[in-house]
Order: sequence, then structure tokens, then C-alpha cells
Amino acid sequence: MSTQVEPGALPGRKASRKGGDNKGVNKEVGADRKEKTQGRAATLLIAPTLIVLAIVILYPVINAVIMSFQHDQGLDAATGLFVTGGFAGVSNYVHWLFQQCPTSGGTGSCPPGTLGAQFWSATGVTFFFTVVTVFFETLFGFWMALIMARTFKGRSVLRAAVLVPWAIPTAVTAKLWFFIFAFDGIVNTLFHSSILWTGSEGPARAAIIIADVWKTTPFMALLILAGLQMIPAEVYEAAKVDGASAWQRFRLITLPLVKPALMVAILFRVLDALRMYDLPAIMTGGANGTTTLSILVVDQIRVGFNSAAALSTITFVIIFIVAFIFVRFLGANAVESASGGAKGKQK
Amino acid sequence: MRHSKKIAPLAIVSVLAMTLAACSGGTGGSGGGAAQQNLDGRGPITYVQGKDNSNVVRPLIDKWNAAHPNEKVTFKEQSDNADQQHDDLVQHFQAKTGDYDVVDVDVIWTAEFAAQGWLQPLNDKMAIDTTGFLPATVATGTYKNVMYALPQTSDGGILYYRKDLVPTPPKTWDEMMAMCPVAKAKGIDCYAGQFAQYEGLTVNVAEAINTAGGTVVDKDGKPTVNTPEAKAGLTNLAQAYKDGNIPKQAVTYQEEQGRQAFEAGKLMFLRNWPYVYNLAKTDGSSTVKNTFGIAPLPGKDGPGASSLGGHNLAINADSKYKATAKDFLTFMTSAETEKFYATQGSLAPVREGLYTDADLVKQLPYLPVLLTSIKNAVPRPVTPFYPAVTQAIQQNSFQAINGTKSVDQALTDMQAAITTAVSK
Repeated sequence: MSTQVEPGALPGRKASRKGGDNKGVNKEVGADRKEKTQGRAATLLIAPTLIVLAIVILYPVINAVIMSFQHDQGLDAATGLFVTGGFAGVSNYVHWLFQQCPTSGGTGSCPPGTLGAQFWSATGVTFFFTVVTVFFETLFGFWMALIMARTFKGRSVLRAAVLVPWAIPTAVTAKLWFFIFAFDGIVNTLFHSSILWTGSEGPARAAIIIADVWKTTPFMALLILAGLQMIPAEVYEAAKVDGASAWQRFRLITLPLVKPALMVAILFRVLDALRMYDLPAIMTGGANGTTTLSILVVDQIRVGFNSAAALSTITFVIIFIVAFIFVRFLGANAVESASGGAKGKQK
Repeated sequence: MRHSKKIAPLAIVSVLAMTLAACSGGTGGSGGGAAQQNLDGRGPITYVQGKDNSNVVRPLIDKWNAAHPNEKVTFKEQSDNADQQHDDLVQHFQAKTGDYDVVDVDVIWTAEFAAQGWLQPLNDKMAIDTTGFLPATVATGTYKNVMYALPQTSDGGILYYRKDLVPTPPKTWDEMMAMCPVAKAKGIDCYAGQFAQYEGLTVNVAEAINTAGGTVVDKDGKPTVNTPEAKAGLTNLAQAYKDGNIPKQAVTYQEEQGRQAFEAGKLMFLRNWPYVYNLAKTDGSSTVKNTFGIAPLPGKDGPGASSLGGHNLAINADSKYKATAKDFLTFMTSAETEKFYATQGSLAPVREGLYTDADLVKQLPYLPVLLTSIKNAVPRPVTPFYPAVTQAIQQNSFQAINGTKSVDQALTDMQAAITTAVSK
């Protein structure tokens, strides 16, 4: 009902403000003017948002890129005070990508224990976490979604309940799992084991993956569930009539039809995982081979802003490339069929 | 297609904003003439420090405000996370508005802030008398022979031991190691400090190196860690871990985990800060209430060299009311205030006289031991590049202790990493 009222009310008001004599105008001209005023109104209405976006997103981004071409401040040996470093060219990028550090006699490869030496390992760790966590989250999320899609008693309660891990703030989740994986913690007590979960590389990574999967699988499940619910029941009925087995129904109906939702869910999670910070930062502090790119950026901010800007620009480019590849080669089909309506209108 | 094209860029932009927004505030710069201005300014000021957990600051501020109606102090409390405090201070200093007049700085930040030109040098007209202060604490506020910050509270490492198992505490590291079979016979672990890879590890490793006669950096901040003395110190830790005298879970211990193990009776020796004393005496879950004692850290042939903790007070170089700020500094470090810190907040005084104050020692029996600890203490590397230096120490020593790298290699790498860190 409301949709009917608004379009009628808006031009009416405008017309009366401009003068009464417009009322008898040709219908087509009225429609044309309506479109124009609406266009202008739309621009006006969007403008504040665009300005805010420019201020809060564009400005810091451009500023960071400019900063990344400046040297970090250095110490003036005579006074012991910091002085600004000046234009650096691409040396900050060389520092990270080729792990070159200043040494007593020029530059050389960064020694272990410097942040510069950790760029590629942090990149590797980030991708490792991304691939493993997203894989398990998709697997378990799909499984949970299939169960929740069925009609059974208490379904709504279950749907609300699975959201609990997702509703807990990540920092709290991280602290929770930190205690669970402590040496005298629940896991070691339960399994009578004495594993140094946060004190050695393999277990530390496993602990972080478990915590992340626990936290984000519900998110995945609900997105996939939404996709499942879009599939009309008639399709399954028809398939059953045609004698398709359960596996065939899953492979030939569920999977292709849920693919758009699935791809969007995976894309979101991949982008999220690529900038993972809080879980490893709180559970291990980045020790034992769990330093991700985001942790490295934050550590670097404390040491020097300009090389931190270069590092976050590199991080951004990496994430951009991954997202681009994803949408271009993997997600393109999915998204096309998902927005079939919009595509039709365009053509 | 229209929708699909929009999803990715939007998602990316949000990612980007998250990654980069944090970096947008940084421009370097050094203090110009600000240090010479407003030296006689009087007026209302703001005092900033981390969370006032034991509620010692508010009563003091109220007392000051009652006596100085025209120079009132506003107290701004930060979070209780040290990194966040540091970043908050940096942001306000960079803004150069002088809205933070007096700030509380961790001893390890003093050199960095001083080198940025953010702190008012406490010399000439601004000089404050530090007679009676423990020399090591004054050293933490000094950069390039100029005092930039006034010691407010101190902290030193103490050895907690089980006097029911070892009646006399070990004086040297070797003695302590020789006592470890006693713990093994009881089925408990021998010794632990803070060996997880974080700032606490730097504290413990610096203690091991300093105790063995080595140094991490010299007076000018140049690394000096690749020496036989430093090797002896780090080897002590690595060897003890290998032998099991330091239990294997100790590489996950920060202050609290070690304290809990000690209070649960699972540990014979623990290196920790004085705050543990009261908790171990009063905690309901503490099984060692009446069976633990305290001693100075074991050394090479006498008391060991503790790393120095604690906080200093400094004046923002851009403050408008420096005369008031200076008076406030004097007030906040007076003998009376220091005594209040000690009794109300268990914060270690910086004035030597208080450690022998009979009244105070009765309330805080650990004071004489702590005095020995602080008198033998060595400040952690005084360098404006502290964050990078501590990274270099933590990462390499952690690998040396857990055996994934030889001590020699770790020290070579540590030396190189510190050289890189300080050669900007």
C-alpha cells in the first residue's frame, strides 16, 4: 500500500508548489519532468553519502599510499632526535618484497628477528589460514545448512542457537580459546595430553584454525541456508518423480542452484580470513609461526609509519588480486545466474 | 552483472579501509622551540595514565585540587593495555595540541618519546631535585644525558621459593640448578620465569644476559649482545630448559600462568614481580601461603641483575602550563605520595629511604628484598627503537630456549637484528 501512496504524493506536492496551472499538462511531458526531478533528487540524496565515503575511505587510502613512498624517520646522531626521512622512492616496497634491510655497510637481507624478515612467512601463514579455515567452514557450514533446511520440531530454536558462536565478539572468542588451549587448560585435561598448544608451531596453528572454524561456521551455514531456501520444493518433487536418487538430487539440483549463495559466502570468508588479526594476536601474540600480514602491519606501525603504509598497501593489493581472481574466474558464473533478472533488464 | 561487479569492490574497499585507516596518522617531526616555551605557565592541566586499578590516583588528584583551586588537574584514564596506552600517547603528542600536559610513561617508552622531541627536558629552569631517588630509576628517565622523565614507581624481579623444600634460597644460578633434584623428588617443576614470546621474555633474557656480565646494548644504544658473557647467560636458560629444570610448558608462561603454577604448589622457584607476594599470601586457592619465601634473583656470585620495570612522569613539550606541571610532578613523587602508592597500590617506591621505613616494611615485608633487586637492576635497552629491539630479542631468544636454534646462532642473529633496528 505504501508504495502506491508515495509516488503519487511526491509529484503532486511538487506540482502544487510550482503553481496550479501544471495540472492539465500532457501526460508524457509530466513523466519526463518527473524523471528529471527524481534524477536530481537522487543525486542530492546520494551526495552526502558519497562525500562521507570520500572522506572516510578515499582520503586515508590515498594518504597511506603517499606515505608509503616516504622514508621512516631516522635518528640524528648529533642531537639524538628523530628527523623526517624524506622521499623514499620504492625502497619501502623493496624492503618488504625482497626483504632488504639497512645494515652497517649498505643494505643486505633482513636478519631473523626483524619484521622485514617476516614478510613472506607472514604471507604464507595468511594464505595457509585462509585456505584451511575456509575449506572446513564451507564443509561444516554446508552440512549444518542441509540439516537446518529440513522441517523438524524446534528448527527455529536450533537456527538461533547455532548463531551463538558468531554473536560472540572475536576478541572474546580468542580469549576463550586461549584459556581452553592453555597448558593446564580444558583440552589438555580432557585428553590427558600435555601439548604446548600456544608454545609450538603446529599446535598453535591448529588451535587458531579450530577457534576460527568454531566461530565462523554458523555464518557460513546461515548464508548457505538462505541459498537453499530459494530452491523451490517442486524441483525436488519433479526429480523424485523422475526417479533421481538422493545423491543425484544433491549433485544436479542442490549444488548448482545453491552455488551463487555459496560463492558469495566463500568470497566473504576468504576476504575476512586474509585480514585475520585478533585470533592469532590474542592466542599466540603472533609467536610460533602464526604472524599474519595484519599482525605484521600492526607491529610495524609501532616501529615506523611509512613502511607500515607500504606493507598495508601490499596487503591490499594481495587481497584485491585474490578477490579479483575469485570473482572473475570462479564466481562469475554464479553471480550471473544469481542476478539473472538484472541482466535481463540491461539487455 | 551489475550487482556482481559491485559486491567485490565494496568488500575490498571495506577491507582496505580496515587495513589502512590505522596508518593514516603518521608523520614524523621533531620538537622545535616548544621546549623553551610556557616554562612559567600556570593553569589547569590534564594528567594521563593507564587504568587506575588500585584507585591511588584519584585521591591524590583530589588532594592536589583542594590545595590548588586555580591549577586544577583533570585526570584522564586510559585502557589497561600497555600497547593501547602507548598508541594513544603517540596520537596526542603528534597532534601537538598540548592537551595532555603530564603523562605517565612506561620506562621503556621514555627514550622513544624523548627522541621525538615530545617530552620537556627537565633541566635548567625545569630541573627537579632527585636526591634520594634510586639511581637505576633515574637512569630510565634519562636519554642522551638529559633527564626527560621523573621516576614515579619502580619494579624489580624477585625469586619466590618454597622454604619448606629449600630452607636457604639459592644465591647463584648454579646453586639453584643444583637444588632442582629436590623438586623432582617431590614430583614438581623446578624453576620458571616468563618465557612465552612477548615482552616478559625480553625482561627474563635481559636479566640472564646482564647477570652473566653481558649487555644487550651499550651506552649509545649500539648492540653488544654477541659476546661470551651474553652467551653464558642465554645458555643458562637454554640448558635449563633442555634439562627439564625449566618445565616445557614454561614457554607458554606469562606472569599469571607462572603465578598460578607456583600457588598451586607445582613449582619450586618462580621469578616474578612483587605483586605476586600479596596474592600468594591471601588468594583462597593458594596452597603455599605459609610455605613460600622471597629472595633476590640468583646471580653469578651474588644477587642477579634484575630488569627494571616501572613508570615515569613526563611533561608534554607542548604543554601550556609547565610551571604547574613541574609542581605536580614534584607532588606526585614526594615521599608522602610514594608511601601512599606503596601501601594502597603495592607500587614500589623510587625513593631509597622508604625501603627501610619500619612502618612500611611491616606492611610490605618484601621491600628489603626488592631494594636489593632494584639496586642491582639494569634498565632494559634505553633506545628510541625499543619496539624493534625487543622484537629482535624475543624472536631469537625464544628459538634459542626451545632449542630450534643454537645459542650462538641466536646471538649472531640478535646482534644483526638490533643493528638493523637502530641504524635508521
